[in-house]
Amino acid sequence: MTDLNRLYEAVVAGDAKSSLAVTKEALADGFTPGELVANYMIPAMDEVGRRFECEDYFVPELLLSGRAMKAALEILRPLLAASGAKPAGRVVIGTVKGDLHDIGKNLVGAMLEGAGFEVTDLGTDVSPERFVEAVTQRKANIVCLSALLTVTMPAMRTTLDALKSAGVRDGVKVMIGGAPVTEQYAREIGADSYSENASVAVATARRLVGEAAHA
Amino acid sequence: MPEVSSPFRFGSLSIPDVDQLVFGTAPHPVKCGAGLEIGAGTVFPEVNFTLPSIGISDQTWTEVVAQYEEMAANIVRRAVAMKVPGVVLEFELLPAMTERPEWGAEITTLLLRHLAAAHKQYNLPTALRVTPTDMRDQGKPPLLREGEPCEQLLRSFELNIAAGADIISIESVGGKEVHDRALMMGDIDAIVYALGVLCPADMRWLWQKIVAMCRANGHTIAGGDSACGFANTAMQLAHQKMLPEVLAAVVRAMSAVRSLAAFEEGAVGPSKDCAYEGPVIKAITGAPISMEGKSAACAHFSPIGNIAEAMCDLWSNESVQNVRLLSGSAPEAFTEMLAYDCRLMNTASERGQALALRDCLTASDEWLSPQAAVLSPKATIAIAQAIVAEKDDYRRTVAAGKASVAILRDGVAGNGLSLSKKELQWLGRIENSLGSLPATAGELHANLGEEYAGLYRPASYGL
Repeated sequence: MTDLNRLYEAVVAGDAKSSLAVTKEALADGFTPGELVANYMIPAMDEVGRRFECEDYFVPELLLSGRAMKAALEILRPLLAASGAKPAGRVVIGTVKGDLHDIGKNLVGAMLEGAGFEVTDLGTDVSPERFVEAVTQRKANIVCLSALLTVTMPAMRTTLDALKSAGVRDGVKVMIGGAPVTEQYAREIGADSYSENASVAVATARRLVGEAAHA
Repeated sequence: MPEVSSPFRFGSLSIPDVDQLVFGTAPHPVKCGAGLEIGAGTVFPEVNFTLPSIGISDQTWTEVVAQYEEMAANIVRRAVAMKVPGVVLEFELLPAMTERPEWGAEITTLLLRHLAAAHKQYNLPTALRVTPTDMRDQGKPPLLREGEPCEQLLRSFELNIAAGADIISIESVGGKEVHDRALMMGDIDAIVYALGVLCPADMRWLWQKIVAMCRANGHTIAGGDSACGFANTAMQLAHQKMLPEVLAAVVRAMSAVRSLAAFEEGAVGPSKDCAYEGPVIKAITGAPISMEGKSAACAHFSPIGNIAEAMCDLWSNESVQNVRLLSGSAPEAFTEMLAYDCRLMNTASERGQALALRDCLTASDEWLSPQAAVLSPKATIAIAQAIVAEKDDYRRTVAAGKASVAILRDGVAGNGLSLSKKELQWLGRIENSLGSLPATAGELHANLGEEYAGLYRPASYGL
């Protein structure tokens, strides 16, 4: 019988080959995909997030763990879909119009994916219309807006306005972040939350999805 | 400085003696603007400023222009009040001003009007550096040598040069699409490929064009490039504890090779303020450099606030928003701070104490951070020597990386550089990776993971 702690350890260590091998082994032994994800892989990514928070891990370690998780998920995802299992939430993420910076946005996307969210990354310089389109098409629970320039921050407000005009604002939570962005700015423009870093973004996304489910 | 450009023309150091590597003086001073000579013994402030949080559009353009009018007037007034021996203003175009090059040129004209008036009224030596935004990385993968962003960028250079810009610079982004991924993954092989192969290939292409435009115009100086999108990204990520500091330090040293490419294609300095690799460029080329440190805390934090000043010829504040402070506007306040720093350096030079001040600036930071350790005059010479000993960009990049690792090892062994267990593990990992790189860039390319292949277009680099 497969020792599933090896799956947990492979994800924490960022060992994609092992995580894939153990996952295949576990499926052959009759473990369910949901069990592997919920009891071993997501707790492993939580541990990775904890190590990152207390500065035991840098981003490269964190991303390697995300890659190990993704490798296993690639074979689990079709099985999960077939069994009716749902992702932790559906997220659309992008850097707003006029801004080409993407490192922070990529990091948040990778962390959310690692935490079991289905992430659609629209890239950089994303127009409000593209955000609206993606939110609608993907039936997103959350849209994450990133900006690194003070002069592109107003595009966050424009995007929120576009979501309202399109009539989809009430069905999606808006998270914003980026170096010049603040909690106060989030309140000013009517976003649902501001996240200082990628780990906080994951916790916030979980909270927002939970709140929406109980609303 | 020789006018003929040719790859790898720097085979030795312009400043081989560490005691000649000091603020204010460069072997090849640059005359520019209205009566300014940079690197001839005096350090001048270079003031950089930007808009507060407002969008740039047809509707807001009048307000944008008014902001620049106000900033220019305030900075010049403060510079005159501080009796500075000269001043450089840097206008870093915002993306919208490069996308519509006429907007950028309009602001350039506006700023030059203020500087000309100050020169006429107060005989203040002045120069304006103009830095268009490199937006060629919009596509995925980026199209660097053709397409609308490239055309807009080249047009922006053309119009700003025609408008009378005294110095032209850029923070070019070729190679960043690979470097960003490699940096986040801590993948040394791919970092070296980006910095040592892709970046110089793009820069040589771009700087040949910039230098040709400047020479054709006859007035504008081809200043230099900055590894801001590479080494400063690493520095900021290290500051946020996202990357190891030792990685940021090694990336800094290696990035000097790509910035040197601009000078090999004919740039003459002063190099860009955010190019903390500047001292290596100065040691190799003899060109004057602009630097920023504690004075740039308005834009970003750093562990190299004093040491960055030790070898500068222009002293800058990176970028400050036009917001109100208790004293006055933020650009005015930072003009005053830069003026005082420059006054101190120039007084030290006049009294024959420049080396003493340089050494205090160095010693106060040097062993508190690995990023500072690779910026000392001694480390600068070691990295510069490692670079000029090699004859291609790839091997130069590897050599600079190895030299910086040796500096950090020495620092840990005998100079009080304290690294955490995690940082030491990373230093070992970097050292091993650099030590096992293949002999040629071609072999390295063949070894790179598939994940990088889709990130860039070989044709954008002439590959």
